[in-house]
Amino acid sequence: MNRYILRRLLQALPVLLGITIVTFTFIELAPGDAVMAMILADMQSGGRVVQIDVEAMRKQFGLDQPPPVRYVRWLGELLQGNMGVRIRSKIPVVTEIGLRLPATLELMGFALLIAIVVGIPLGIISAVRQYSWLDYFLTAGTFLGVAIPSFFAAIAAIYIFSLKLGWLPTSGYSTPGQNFGFFGWIFNHAQYLILPASILGLESLAGISRYMRASVLEVMRLDYVTTARSKGLGYSVILGRHVLRNALLPIITIVGLRLPGLLGGAIIIETMFNWPGMGILYIDGVNTRDVPLIMGMTLVSAVTIVISNLITDIAYSFADPRIRYE
Amino acid sequence: MNKKIWQRFLHHRLAVASALLLLLLLLLSFPLASVVTTADPDRIDLKTIGKAPSLAHPLGTDMTGRDMLSRLVYGGRVSMSVGIVAVSISVTLGVLLGSISGFYGGRVDNLIMRFTEVVMAFPTLIILITIVSILGPGLYNSMIAIGLIGWTGIARLVRGQILSLREMDFVLAARAVGVPQARILAQHILPNVVSPIIVAATFGIAGAILTEAGLSFLGLGIKPPTPSWGNMINEAQQLTIIESKPWIWLGPGLMITLSVLAINFIGDGLRDALDPRMTLDKS
Repeated sequence: MNRYILRRLLQALPVLLGITIVTFTFIELAPGDAVMAMILADMQSGGRVVQIDVEAMRKQFGLDQPPPVRYVRWLGELLQGNMGVRIRSKIPVVTEIGLRLPATLELMGFALLIAIVVGIPLGIISAVRQYSWLDYFLTAGTFLGVAIPSFFAAIAAIYIFSLKLGWLPTSGYSTPGQNFGFFGWIFNHAQYLILPASILGLESLAGISRYMRASVLEVMRLDYVTTARSKGLGYSVILGRHVLRNALLPIITIVGLRLPGLLGGAIIIETMFNWPGMGILYIDGVNTRDVPLIMGMTLVSAVTIVISNLITDIAYSFADPRIRYE
Repeated sequence: MNKKIWQRFLHHRLAVASALLLLLLLLLSFPLASVVTTADPDRIDLKTIGKAPSLAHPLGTDMTGRDMLSRLVYGGRVSMSVGIVAVSISVTLGVLLGSISGFYGGRVDNLIMRFTEVVMAFPTLIILITIVSILGPGLYNSMIAIGLIGWTGIARLVRGQILSLREMDFVLAARAVGVPQARILAQHILPNVVSPIIVAATFGIAGAILTEAGLSFLGLGIKPPTPSWGNMINEAQQLTIIESKPWIWLGPGLMITLSVLAINFIGDGLRDALDPRMTLDKS
């Protein structure tokens, strides 16, 4: 098992390297750079254009070197554990990401939790009551869940639950400036978390419940279930002990496949709900052409996905003894 | 054979209803656009800022006084075009790379598949934001960017199909009578892969429409004077507008949902009709 994990991590290295090269190439292909973005931003905010030495500024930011040199230099620093500093503010990229990543992971984690905890039972009910009105209703719901754009769902949810009903806050991470106790804070924070997490998880919820339905129906037709039934076992025993265990297996893969989508979707949801995660930081980085920040964030996103794919595969091998990795 | 496919599709009532609905949407947003609405979608009118639905403006006006109905109709034109063009790009790339990979195998296959993995390991929206912010927002750039990242699924699909098809007897027979490689691929193998590609492309169009909407919503897709369903909602980010002027976000949001829903149902129907073995729901 350890050898398998090691090999998978080694295999991921070229993929990660490829991602940094592709990202760097894209940034370099674009006209303009961080200095131009800075001047443009100053002009837009009404600042007077004073004569500045663009070349000197480029030199100051290390942008005067040719792109391949800069890439290799960035890579060299990275291998020594240094992701560089943001071009303008000089704040280390690690610090920026470290501040923002936990909030994004928290949002993704709860979104996934909601999707699993709600999606799996709905799929099972749908399969057990196949072709009933409940099944049609739930199936229509899953189609809707996939079709509705997350930002539209978010606006509708804010409209209904925050503005009209007044049950939940419209945006933010927790109520600022108040001194809660530990549990008080958790309760307060949960109110801010529930809307963005549910909406981010909606598409996954729909997908998981659809696959769960199909998976249960497929396992139900297998010979050993017929055997169990002919032995005279009760329906709930067959379902609980024989069907569900096997039907749940493919769901692990589905959950793993959803992860990149969740991370991308988090950008929109974070913007909508003013959630202090990586989304807003990323858009800021792209707008200011902050190469070290964009590279760092892309790398962290990719690593997150590589690691979660690995965890998915390992979880699969624990859940299904027929699969053994060497 | 074709008749059978058609019959199976007609049997899927939701898909047929969706196809009719989509046809209606396409008619409304392309040839009939100027019949449905006479208002200029880009005309800014300071006297009618954020007005509720009325006789003159059946769906109200947006925050610069433009007619919502007419923007919705012309926005549909943009959203549908982006979906179709982007998927055409993805399908071309995917079929090309997938068939090369599957048919030639070996080192080429390995290289292409590793590259596919690189593209797939990116969260779609993150790489899109990077590409678009570099190409600059706009109609054509959005089409290109969305097309450029959507091919991975189709490439893997085509590769997988070809890997299993090329071991089949009819390919062996063609090879035995001396049909050249390229012709085996084009005339004997690819026609068998068309059905799953059509199904994947249909779902792809729905996905591309959603992606364009998301990008435009963030202000990185279609540039504002041109209406698209996504950038119309972009205006509705302030709480006061969400609360007091729901017609600004409700219309475009429902249109995106409805068209994506319809396209997905059609895809479902096509899958059942073209290849009954592929159905998710087997019993």
